[in-house]
Amino acid sequence: MQFFGGAEINPSPPAVTASGNNAHMMYIFNRNGVCLLYREWNRPLHTLNAQQDHKLMFGLLFSLKSLTAKMDPTSVEKVNLGVPQLPGQGCSFHSFRTNTYKLSFMETPSGIKIILVTHPRTGDLRESLKYIYNLYVEYVVKNPLYTPGTPIRYELFNAALDQYVRGLG
Amino acid sequence: MAAVYSLYIINKSGGLIFYKDYGSAGRMDTNDSLRLASLWHSMHAISQQLSPVAGCTGIELLEADTFDLHCFQSLTGTKFFVVCQPGTQHMEILLKHIYELYTDYVLKNPFYEMEMPIRCELFDINLAQAVQKDRVVLLGR
Repeated sequence: MQFFGGAEINPSPPAVTASGNNAHMMYIFNRNGVCLLYREWNRPLHTLNAQQDHKLMFGLLFSLKSLTAKMDPTSVEKVNLGVPQLPGQGCSFHSFRTNTYKLSFMETPSGIKIILVTHPRTGDLRESLKYIYNLYVEYVVKNPLYTPGTPIRYELFNAALDQYVRGLG
Repeated sequence: MAAVYSLYIINKSGGLIFYKDYGSAGRMDTNDSLRLASLWHSMHAISQQLSPVAGCTGIELLEADTFDLHCFQSLTGTKFFVVCQPGTQHMEILLKHIYELYTDYVLKNPFYEMEMPIRCELFDINLAQAVQKDRVVLLGR
């Protein structure tokens, strides 16, 4: 788990590799599993209602994290499967790919989870997720009217996010 | 440049029918591998539900901090997955090859009962050879 130094609070956006809108949707969860933000750009298929969908997504990430923590072939001391772990503890994952989409995942030290679902052939998005986290810090956390743990409803943040994600290759 | 840590084969209902460790740190007992296998089975199914586009067949590659997990699902629902070093190439080919070995030495074995744990000597021998080819690099360390 990487922690972000104070020196690069607002780095320039990572280089965009290609044009075109590859992103399907994005989620931001806090450490309690509350969905703070859900953005959708291109999602033809809805199998569940929104709330069920968010719950399932959080559950998937939670379980995949405990799976990777247990499966980690490089560490000798592993906790038992299902034991809750603090953010940054244990082996986590940064993305998975299916034949129809790629999900990139980042967890911050405070337990905020940022999930971006894109086209399966998208490259490594770890830097992009860090940039999105910086947008979150700048536009949401630094907003005095924002109460932590509540859904994010800020036009400026959404606009900045849309603009950035649209440029993602 | 390949280094395989372990191989799992799970049947269509998520039960572990084959597990082989090729030198990961920290021993995992039988119960742990059984739990991991069935957990993977469920995560694979959930990932299909969350797809934004129709026609999803589940996770093919999971990139964790210290390993990659490549999964191949056969048409009958049997899942093969290998845990390997991050960035290992050609794992799809290895998995397809393992599937071939499975059909040749397990399914064609008249004493093998479907969906039950695999105990076939010929499969073990040929599997060891197949993985060995990929493990030369790791052994040289």
